[in-house]
Amino acid sequence: MHLNFYKAYRTAKRLLIAGVLLSLMTDDAYTQSIPSVELKDLTGSNIDTGTLENDGKPIVICFWATWCSPCKRELNNYMDYYGDWQDETGVKIVAISIDDSRSTNRVAPYVMSSGWEYDMLLDPAGDFKRAMNVINVPHTFLYNGAGELVWSHNNYAEGDEEELYEELLKLAK
Amino acid sequence: MKHFIAFFTLGILVSGVVKSQETNPGVVSGNISILFQSYEEDTLIGAVVPPGKSGLNAYSNIIYTQGNFTAGLRYESYLNSVLGFPGRFKGSGIGYRYARWSDREVGVDVTVGNFYETFGAGYLFRSYEARDLGLDNAMDGVRLLLNPIDGVAVKMVYGKQRLDFDSELINGEGIIRGLNAEVNLNDLIPGLEDAKLRITPSYSFVSRFQEGGNIVKDTLILELPKNVAGWEYGASVHYGMWKGGINLTKKINDPSADNGYIYKDGEALMAYLTGNIKDFSFLLQRSITDNMSFRSDRDLLLFDAPINNIPSITKNHTYNLAATLYPYATVINGESSFRGELYYNLKRGSKLGGKYGTKMNLVFSTSYSLDTTHFSGVEGVVNGYQRNSWGFGDSLNVQDISFEIERKFSKNFKAKAMYMNLQFNTLATPVTTDFKGIVFADIFVLETQIKTAKRQSLRTEFQALFTEQDKGDWATAVFEYTWSPHWFASIIDQYNFGNPDEAKRVHYLYGSAGYINGPHRLSIGYGKRREGIFCVGGVCRAVPASSGLEVTFTSSF
Repeated sequence: MHLNFYKAYRTAKRLLIAGVLLSLMTDDAYTQSIPSVELKDLTGSNIDTGTLENDGKPIVICFWATWCSPCKRELNNYMDYYGDWQDETGVKIVAISIDDSRSTNRVAPYVMSSGWEYDMLLDPAGDFKRAMNVINVPHTFLYNGAGELVWSHNNYAEGDEEELYEELLKLAK
Repeated sequence: MKHFIAFFTLGILVSGVVKSQETNPGVVSGNISILFQSYEEDTLIGAVVPPGKSGLNAYSNIIYTQGNFTAGLRYESYLNSVLGFPGRFKGSGIGYRYARWSDREVGVDVTVGNFYETFGAGYLFRSYEARDLGLDNAMDGVRLLLNPIDGVAVKMVYGKQRLDFDSELINGEGIIRGLNAEVNLNDLIPGLEDAKLRITPSYSFVSRFQEGGNIVKDTLILELPKNVAGWEYGASVHYGMWKGGINLTKKINDPSADNGYIYKDGEALMAYLTGNIKDFSFLLQRSITDNMSFRSDRDLLLFDAPINNIPSITKNHTYNLAATLYPYATVINGESSFRGELYYNLKRGSKLGGKYGTKMNLVFSTSYSLDTTHFSGVEGVVNGYQRNSWGFGDSLNVQDISFEIERKFSKNFKAKAMYMNLQFNTLATPVTTDFKGIVFADIFVLETQIKTAKRQSLRTEFQALFTEQDKGDWATAVFEYTWSPHWFASIIDQYNFGNPDEAKRVHYLYGSAGYINGPHRLSIGYGKRREGIFCVGGVCRAVPASSGLEVTFTSSF
């Protein structure tokens, strides 16, 4: 009898939580914004990710690592279009390196030699990665000018930049 | 069913109340990861079928955020855990839960429950997760982060550490207490905010409490210390894009299973410099670690509950042969190591660089034993050895030299080539049981990418590893075809064509295909998976050979 009570209580508790969560999730009036985590940039300054903004223009956040080939392909390919995208849509790309203590010191020399013009932040402890629910890299997020998440994509294949560009154009309209 | 409806309705009502009281009811986000494997026997490659015939690892993180308040949990399932994962991870349950309140304006951030945290480079304290590798030493307790004034950040942690999972979280025995303070002088001293020179000193202290007792060593009865302390002084200096740093870490009173229960102090020194001159950029790093294994429980070994992390000196290799046959792990009881990396970019449009530019890099890393003298008699039993200098010892652990060049030839074709020369001591990092000593290997890689049509491309990799030792020569070929943005298919074949034992000259063929839609990704693979090794934070784990089906699904929401 006791056991049954306990079981019923446990089930009830779970359903209660599920009800709350479902109800909150179905409310689409509130979209995800960039969570606040304190990271360092390549000059050693602290940056609160919650304050990332681009004067009402879109922001792209790309998670990458120096050991991740598709990530580097993605960021190299975006570089071919970045100037045009900025002219047309005002977009800013922020790249987040998830290299941990083993390779985080490699990020600056790698970036300098790559000619990347992105804002670069370091997330060696994975705090921002966790806050953004990233499982594996590359993972790319697009936020509109109001700071709301409008699109995201896991993995990178050649040509994915065209999909991102289409999404950017939708926002520019 | 009645209860179901009643409670569900109540749930919605409660959230309705929350909504009507607040202008923002909060946001729920999260992710899901599922890995399923089924196994077939393959005596040729040594693949065995576990009793359950299949394995499943799954987890889901759910985060609820409302203003300054965040709460989250992770539900985990190991039914049973897939091969190569810590086999004692069992059952389903909540493995991580926390509540956090953070107010940046006031400079207070408090977490109760589980959290991850790193002090500096992690030589003294790093609570971290690499879920796909089964590494998770989350803290369970309280964390307080304070910014009392601009430029000063203080972290305090107090708790136990995750050791295991059996339908619920199982923590290690020790209680860990830590304090870290970092001063950003430029933010602290008015007028220096925008200076090019930025100096950030830091200090950390970590202590572990664990019940003591006595240990008998060679007729001596020694008392095991209940409290172990470690501290670290660090500083980093930025000048524009140049950066340098130094860390000195010490630890006392920690006889452990790792060091053979000696009482010698632990020490680590790490210094690095990165910068650029014209189109060259570089990294130089030197580190010495001596008796710096530090765990929640002095009797644990390998992957269990490390408090700190000594990163490996070698590069994380992207290409599969170098990465999984001979991965280097820090020799946790002590090593003296160095790495130097040089990057060069031949500019776009230059004569040598071509229309799109050409990138090159040269990486050298090496690690040796420490320069030590072993004590004899009572001193030897109690303290083990002394370190004579901060230099290199006689025994090589690893040395790798690699050169990589990457060039985009046209809009539709690019290629990358790599050569690596490797000397790898399998006695220092036991990655194989087939050979004891130094493996000398030459590795060649050629990767190409061809755009075949709009949004379609073919990527190939050809890799070869030549060695006289261990399992002999290997070759790998990879073909991957992608249809952006949704589909991919790939085939990989690894062939141990130079194995001294002809019966073991086996092809490991594995095919996979998948579908991606935004943040959701499904992939299905079938074939033979070679036994491999992955190493992290000073230890390596063998992933056994297996054969069969693999399905993975990951999603973020």
